[in-house]
This record gives sequence, structure tokens and C-alpha cells, in this order.
Amino acid sequence: MADLLFEIGLEEVPARMIAAAEAELLRRTVALLGRERLLPAGFDELAGAKSYSTPRRLAVLVQGVRERQEDVSEEVTGPAVKIAYKNGVATAAAEAFARKSGVAVADLKKVTTPKGEYLAATSVKAGRSAAEVIAAELPKEVGAIYWAKNMYWRAGKPERFVRPVLWLVCLLGEEVVPVSFGGKTAGRATFGHRVLASGEPFEIESPESYEAQLAGEYVLVDVEARRHKIRKALDHVTREIAGARWREDEALVDQVTHLTEWPTVLLGNFEPEYLVLPEEVLVTVMRDHQKYFAVEDAAGKLAPHFLTVLNISTDENSAAIIRQGNERVLRARFNDARFFWEFDQRVPLAERVKLLENVTFQKDLGSYAAKSERVRVLAAALAERVGGTVDAVALDEAGRLAKTDLTTELVKEFTELQGVIGGLYAKAQGVSQIACDAIYDQYTPASMDDGVPRSVEGALLGIADRADTIAGMFGLGMEPTGSKDPFALRRAANGIVKILAETELPLTLEPIVTLAAKDEATTEKMFAFFRERVGFYLREVRGQAYDVVAAVIGSERNADYLSVRDTVARAEAVSAARGGEDFAAVSAAFKRIKNILAQARYEASEGGFMLRESEGAEFALMQKAYDVAKQLAELREQRAYSAALAAIATIRPEVDAFFAEVMVMDPDLVVRQRRLMLLSTIVTNFSGIADFSEIVTAG
Amino acid sequence: MATAVAKKALTFQELLFTLQKFWAERGCVLQQPYDLEVGAGTMSPDTFLRVLGPKPIKIAYAQPSRRPADGRYGENPNRLFRHTQLQVILKPPPERVQELYLESLVAIGIDLREHDIKFEEDNWEWPVGGAWGVGWQVMLDGQEITQFTYFQQCGGMDLDPISGEITYGMERIAQFLQDVDSIYDIVWARDPETGAEMTYGDVRLHEEQQFSAYSFDYADVEKLWEHLRLYEAECLALAARAGTILHEDSDGKPQADALTVARFPTLGAYELALKCSHAFNLLDARGAISVTERVGVMARIRKLIVGVAQMYAEQEKLKASTGN
Repeated sequence: MADLLFEIGLEEVPARMIAAAEAELLRRTVALLGRERLLPAGFDELAGAKSYSTPRRLAVLVQGVRERQEDVSEEVTGPAVKIAYKNGVATAAAEAFARKSGVAVADLKKVTTPKGEYLAATSVKAGRSAAEVIAAELPKEVGAIYWAKNMYWRAGKPERFVRPVLWLVCLLGEEVVPVSFGGKTAGRATFGHRVLASGEPFEIESPESYEAQLAGEYVLVDVEARRHKIRKALDHVTREIAGARWREDEALVDQVTHLTEWPTVLLGNFEPEYLVLPEEVLVTVMRDHQKYFAVEDAAGKLAPHFLTVLNISTDENSAAIIRQGNERVLRARFNDARFFWEFDQRVPLAERVKLLENVTFQKDLGSYAAKSERVRVLAAALAERVGGTVDAVALDEAGRLAKTDLTTELVKEFTELQGVIGGLYAKAQGVSQIACDAIYDQYTPASMDDGVPRSVEGALLGIADRADTIAGMFGLGMEPTGSKDPFALRRAANGIVKILAETELPLTLEPIVTLAAKDEATTEKMFAFFRERVGFYLREVRGQAYDVVAAVIGSERNADYLSVRDTVARAEAVSAARGGEDFAAVSAAFKRIKNILAQARYEASEGGFMLRESEGAEFALMQKAYDVAKQLAELREQRAYSAALAAIATIRPEVDAFFAEVMVMDPDLVVRQRRLMLLSTIVTNFSGIADFSEIVTAG
Repeated sequence: MATAVAKKALTFQELLFTLQKFWAERGCVLQQPYDLEVGAGTMSPDTFLRVLGPKPIKIAYAQPSRRPADGRYGENPNRLFRHTQLQVILKPPPERVQELYLESLVAIGIDLREHDIKFEEDNWEWPVGGAWGVGWQVMLDGQEITQFTYFQQCGGMDLDPISGEITYGMERIAQFLQDVDSIYDIVWARDPETGAEMTYGDVRLHEEQQFSAYSFDYADVEKLWEHLRLYEAECLALAARAGTILHEDSDGKPQADALTVARFPTLGAYELALKCSHAFNLLDARGAISVTERVGVMARIRKLIVGVAQMYAEQEKLKASTGN
């Protein structure tokens, strides 16, 4: 047993790709060792394998790798005995088989198979050494790592990788395994920090000493250790300012963790005069453009400081130089932003409406002026459906001004702030608060992790805008296909679904689609698209299982998904109930009923039937079904889905008894028809909350 | 402290000398700036065309780069109509080329231990040239000072070997080293006898004022469209002739004799395409190109530039096969 260390030295890998690649290298290495029978029995990946990364390296350490594979003996079958021996003498066929199997002719055995008597040999495959397997197989695993964007660098283009490979280290115990990839062959030499270390390679003594030796050369190779160090340092440095806190930003912490090998944190300042600019703009400049953390005072207000994460340790002198450099860059950027902020205000949003005529939304769908007009009309129509609480005047104003910020310099500079900047300008220009907030929130949620608009007007504006885009593109036949969604229509639809699910807006998808779509074909495509998006939302955002989603979402025909909030509530109730034994039994029974109905090609027909008590289990089921259906209607009305599901589960004894005692497919056609009708009625009445036949049950 | 830094720092022209000398000492041929309007050093034929084909090259040159829409009449301390790039092309890129680059920073007076340097992902793409590469922006204390690119495709063609391109943003580096907030305060030259200083503003402000005014206010839109059409027509005419001259017959032999092949003016065609690109940029700055038109005009220019790149590759191949 020995530990395996493998390190790939690279030119700086893009920060966004490192974590996934590190995990993939670990997964692939462990899988390879497992496949090659080089891991001990009961190997625990969590305890026995570890991965590392910095911008300049990916590494894995696997403990307790076997030194060689065990020999494997296997029985192989050869030619038929009657061909292998002529007159008791071995023929060329027998000799060839013996040679191939690595045994003497005398050691060949005879086995009897259904096809007759055949020769057999026990062939022993010698296990290979771990070093041999790793040297031969690991390069293929490295080459198979997925990169969002990769490159050629060597002449003749022998391989693609994220960036050129600079060195490889591969040690099994203290021995080098000569793994080759990207024109490099592994040794034990690696490099420390680009600037803080000497620049000369140094040798790793053994896998166990890897982490400590690198730390000695100013590389914190463990990602979590680096993240921890950064968070601590952010806390520590912020304490220099009384009462201040740094603005938590997990994504940014993650990013700077993958940009550094030896992180430290430096506090910088900017002139308080820039605080007159909206916080949104200042934070965007700092975070998106400079990767700085914002600092807030005790009241949560932005303070004139920033924190930058360096990839070097500093003394007083170098800290001053680096601070001064960063402050100058930030000042220049804030200056630009302030210039744009003031420049843009010279032309108020109201005057920019006509400028939108020159901004193309899509060549066949016209300008943003035309789009704004459509959105305004659609939002007003939806507001009518919603009724009472909507401020129709503010909504109309918001719709008219919503896209005007696209003509401002500030949005051209900070495109990620579209909408937000419109809202801020509108506010500065005296537009009503409700309209300002709606403009500000129109692109919310930007992702599934984002919140929802704060007001009903914001929600309606956002829905109308997205629905108009989807309807327009679908009308032109530009719907997303496979991985292609160039107009981000899925994201737009997800936004609508999320708003409907997570606000109190009394609105379903039905009017949204029918009012936005221009023709019947588009309407139908949009319904199908939204049905799929509701499923996506339930699975990805609400964590609902596939079968629960299938059960509650309904078919395109019965359109159960149209009321998104109701669909979510039903899914949650089904999810909670599905563990129950009776529920599982009823689900299984529904599946059975559906199969029976399908096999009998039963089609629901008008008319009723009469049953007498003497008809036993059949009568009992009918009675029970009737009672439960009545209960269900009430509970559904109150959206008491859990209680409704509990009521459905109570039918189990009658269903079980029915199937035990009654044969549905009675030879008497009248009886058969009557029983099919009973079952069909049950399915129809009971499927209002979910189609239970979709639920996957154990056994 | 600021003044202490400023005194030591190189002037703008010393920076240009020092970097060029640095790369010359590492085997680069120092080329002169290309004498035509280009938006970036990449568009010079010394980069755009010479990265094609198998011949190794090492070239460095300073390239004034014009971007009409970025002009601010000399009033913005950080934006210019015309800025200066120092361009280094290494085909193929040597091992540890990043270390070589860092040495060049040391050469211009940057003590790496006193600064925060990061190589952050930044990929480059020039759709009009059918060109792209992967690489980094080099960040020095929060300022982007260099664009570092491994070219992968040019003119829609895969490159083999690839080239490494290092583009220094000279004004930014000078601002950084001299610790000045405005580009116009950069010391361009200092008289060694009198100590008298010429600033960037002294040397270039009038150009920024006048060319901003020309691009935004004076340029005649109709004439620019006409220029674009004329240059385009001539470029296309050359491309048509290339179709017969830079062509192999059915035996794989050049149709024209070696001298005719060698003299075919692909470089002339490229200049015409660059003229179109500049006319487009001026029209864009003038606000004369609608969003809808934009796509169409860019496709026209792309056809010219990608076409020339393919002509160049074909010509080089034919020259190699005839021993020229």
C-alpha cells in the first residue's frame, strides 16, 4: 500500500472552471484506481482521497493504493474436443489454444457444454503494478477532463487543454510514476508561488508532505483553507473601521479563492463624495469590475472603503503602493460613472421614449418603442384580470419608461444594471414611487436564486415584458432547441413561473399566454413550453421528484400546471403523503386501474348504473368512492390538499377488497361495462390533485 | 511618496524604448508601427497575416490604435481616440512565456514583490477577422495593463503552430508607473539637460480634440459610405484576380509563374479591407449605423478580411512550393 499524489502544473486556469475540474480529476482518478482493482476493499473516498487546486495547479492525493493488481485466473473455453484431438493426439488447434492460454497441452481440461464437449484452460492473468497502470491510464483521464473552453498550444496540435501544461508530479509513495501528458513527463519537481517563492523548482518528498511543502513555498493548496483564510482576513481587516462590516458575497469569495495561491486582504478607501452615486452603481463597479468587497457601516449604509484580495503578502511599504494603485483605478472608474450619471440626467427618461424608435429589439419584431407599447397593453390587460389592488396608472407609466434606460450611457457601460438604473433615474426625475420600483424590478428574478419583484406592478411589468419576448420569438419560429437558447427564452419563462409561484399575484399562465400570443399555433407552443418550465421549476427550485412532478403537472390537455402556485401546493402535498403505506397502495391500485381501462379500450360514456348491496365489494367501493369524492370536492375547494390526499388513501380497503373479490372483465358485457365505468369514474374524480398512477411505488 | 515614485519612473518614450529593447534582446525583430489606421495592434499585417502558416516569427512593435467611438475631445482623463499598444508576437510561444513577460515588467521598473499581479481569464475574439484566442488580462494592483492571448484561429483557419500575443497598454502602464490620474499628465519626455518635461497632453491633446470632433461632428456620412463602397469594390476586385492567380491547376502546380505569385498584392488587398474597417468605425462613431444595418456591414467587412487571410495563406503555400 502506498499513497498516490498527482499534480498538474498549469498556466493560470480561469477561476470559473477550477472547482469543477478539480472535482472531476478526483472522481476520474478514484474511478480509474477502482476499475483497475488498485483500491483496498471498502475504500472510503471521503476519508481516503483528497483534491487540491490553485490557479496554477490541480492535484489529487489517494491514500492506500495497492502496489499491484491481484492475479486473476479465469477459465476459457477452446475448440471442440473432436477437433482438438485426432486419434487421441492433440491437433494444431489444441496446441494453438494452449499457447494462447499460456498453459501446456497436458494441462488442458475438458468441459461439457450444451453444445458438446470442449477444451478449457485455466488462464492466469498476472496483475500489473500500480505504477504501470497509472502511467498507462491516468493520461487518458486527464485528457478527458471537461473544460468550457480549451486550447491547442503545441505544434501539430496533439492535445487540447484549458491552458498549457507546465509540469507534472506523480508519486506513488516516494517513487516517481512517469505519467506523461501535454508533452511533460511527471517527476517530483513542482513550483511555489510565482513571486514569493524563489522561482526555481523544488522536489516533493512524498505525497504526505505535499501540502506542507507547498505551504513553505507560499502556496495554500487546499481550497477550503484558502477560502477560510480569506474570510478571516476580510473580518480582521474590516475591524480597522469601527462598526463596519464587509458585504457578504459568497460568489465573490469563491472567485478570489480561485484567483490566488497565497491570499491576503488589503483595505482601500475612496473619496466620500462618490457616495452621492447610487449604491447599486458603486457596488457593481467594485464587485463586477474590480472584484472588490464593499464595506458598510453599522446602519448597513455603504461606507467609502473597499477590500481587495491580493495574491501576495505585503509589508507597510508594498501595502501602501498596492493600495494607492487600486484606489487610483477605482477613482477613475467612479469618475466615469459619475460623469455618465450626470450626463444622462440632462435628457430625462420621458424624453428618451422617442429615442427607443431607433433601438432595435429584434429585426422582425421592431424597435424597443414598439415593444414597450406591446408590453404596456399586455400589462394593462393582465392588470384587469388581477383587479382591485393594481395601480393601473403607475403600471402604465412604468411600461412607457421601462426600456428608456437602454439609451443611457450608464447602462451602455454597466449593462448588468439595466432596469435598476432606469428605476433610479425615474426616481431622481420625480416619477411615482410605484412606477420607479416596477421599472427597477422588471428584470427580477435574474436567476432562480434571485428574489421576486417587490410590488404587484413590478411583477406584472416583468411578466408582460418576458411574455411579449417569448410570444414574439415563438411567433417567428425561434423557440429554444436542445442546448440552443440564444435569446434566453427559457430564463424568461422561468422568471414568469417563479413570479407566479412566489408572489400572491392571483394570475395563472392561461391569460398570460393567450393575451401575449398572436395566433393559435404560437399559443399552443407556448403552453407546451410553459408546462415544461413549470416542471423544471418544481424539480430544480422546489426539489420535487420526477414522478411527483409528472403526477401534478397534468397533461397538456387538462392543463393542471396553469395555476403555478396551486401546482406547487399539490406537489408539496403529494410529496409529503407519498411515504404513507395506504397512499402507496392506492397509487399502485390507480396504476392497475389505468392499465385495465387501457387494455379494455374503455371510453367514458354517458349514463349511470344501479347497484345493489348484494353486489358486495363492488357496491362497497362505489359507496366509498362516492363519499370520498364528495369530501374531496370540498377539500379541493379549500386547497386543503394534504387532507384531500389523506381522504383518498382511506379508500384502500375497499379497493383491495374489490380487486380481491371482483373480476372486472366479466363475460357479461353489461356487468363488465358497469365495472369499467365505476373504475373510470374513480380515476376521474380522484385525479384532480395528482395523477397517482405516475407515482413510483416500491415493489 | 507619490513624488518619490514619479521621479524614478520612466517617461512614456523611455517606456517604449525599454520594452522594445527588452524584446529585441530576446530575438524579436522590431517592426515600425503600421502606417494605416487600425483599431488595435492585432490588425497590423505583422500580426494578423503573419500568424498564419508554419513560419516561426518573433516581432515587436508599437502601434498607435484608433478607436473613433472612444474619443472624448481630450476631456476624459482615462479615454482616448488613439492609444498606444506595444505588441509582441511570438510564434510559437516559448516555454514559460509568462515568466518572460514578467521579466519585461521588471525591466520597466516594476518590483514584482511590491505589487499584486494576477492573470485573469480574458479571451479575445475578433469576429470580423474570423479570429479568436484564449488568454488573460494581466492585472497589476487592480489595473489591467496587458492583454495576453494564445491565438487559436485567424481568418477562420486553425493556426498551427499557434502564436502568443502580448499587448501592453502603454498609457495605462505609464499612468501607473508615474502615478498620475490623468493620461494627459503622463510625462512623455524629459530634457536631460534642462529637466524640462513634455507631457502627453503637450504632445497629443490637440489630436484628441480634433479627431474627436472629426469623428463625432464633422465627418461626412455620405462620403464615408462612399469611401467604404470604393475600398470594398477594389478589395473585391483584387480578390477576384487572386482567384485565378493564386490557384493550383489539377496537378497541384501553381497556375501562375513564381514571380507573378510572389508579386500578387495580397497586402494591398488587406490595406483596402482595413480602410473599410476604419470607415465603418467612423460611421459608427458618427451614429450613422443603425442596429439592423450594423450586422450587414460587419458581414461585408468580414468577407473582405477573412478573404484576404485565405488569399495570404494560399499565396504563402504556393510560394513555399515554388521555393520562393
